[in-house]
Amino acid sequence: MTIALGHYLTVAAILFTIGIFGIFLNRKNVIVILMSVELMLLAVNINLVAFSAFLGDLVGQLFALLVLTVAAAEAAIGLAILVTYHRNRGTIAVEDINLMKG
Amino acid sequence: MAAAFFFYLFSGIAIASAVMVIAARNPVHSVLFLILAFFNGAGLFLLLGAEFLAMILVIVYVGAVAVLFLFVVMMLDVDFVELRQGMLNYLPVGATIGLILLGELGLVVGTWTLSPGLLKAVTAPLPASGTVSNTEAIGLLLYTRYLFYFQSAGLILLVAMVGAIVLTLRHKAGVKRQSVPGQVARDPASAIEIRHVTPGQGI
Repeated sequence: MTIALGHYLTVAAILFTIGIFGIFLNRKNVIVILMSVELMLLAVNINLVAFSAFLGDLVGQLFALLVLTVAAAEAAIGLAILVTYHRNRGTIAVEDINLMKG
Repeated sequence: MAAAFFFYLFSGIAIASAVMVIAARNPVHSVLFLILAFFNGAGLFLLLGAEFLAMILVIVYVGAVAVLFLFVVMMLDVDFVELRQGMLNYLPVGATIGLILLGELGLVVGTWTLSPGLLKAVTAPLPASGTVSNTEAIGLLLYTRYLFYFQSAGLILLVAMVGAIVLTLRHKAGVKRQSVPGQVARDPASAIEIRHVTPGQGI
């Protein structure tokens, strides 16, 4: 049997759903939430590369490259905020991050 | 046949390790499963013929981002058991939203069709196999027609780097540092004080 575009899209959809589910499941733990976001970005990249390969267009891979760049930047900034927050408050529980709420 | 086997192998391990990322009890295990998921995603990219992105995924994600996660998880002294309290409370709403989303995505994946004119509207066609490698094709496109796009990606990374440094750098009060201008500006008049000590008296 041949592997078609739909197979890759299914895998990406499942990975994306697992990422969403992880955000809900680990509501208190910012680190696992960030990892879930990374999983969702991986699913998006699989979609982009699959369309690029099956439509014969190289631009999809270039866009996946930009998504990778933004994901790396997002992880770096997110973890830096996390380290600063832990230094100031001594915890990383998401529920405590409401200091700026009016 | 071999391609189908490897597709199911990579995608199966990727999905299983993604489940373990969100379900693992220990965050260090979560990071390690994230690394496994990225490796298998890179395998899927290889099957699709995107060798450059597969290698970038391994280098950037496994080599940098996942190790950064590992550093942070191990560096912060966090009680992860406490953070997992009440996880089962979120399970029903998370499962509901996840299943709805998966159903919607399934409907999209099951029923979409390609527009007939789409294959004629290709912006940058993939090189014929055997002529130019994937990496070279991406380079030929990225450094010519998409140069500004490439530079803006670099700018994003620069801003992220500056932001991360600004956020985490701290100046502790009371740390003794070398003062180069102070050392250079010293002269004998300010450095040495000559006292005439009378014998038996002391200073």
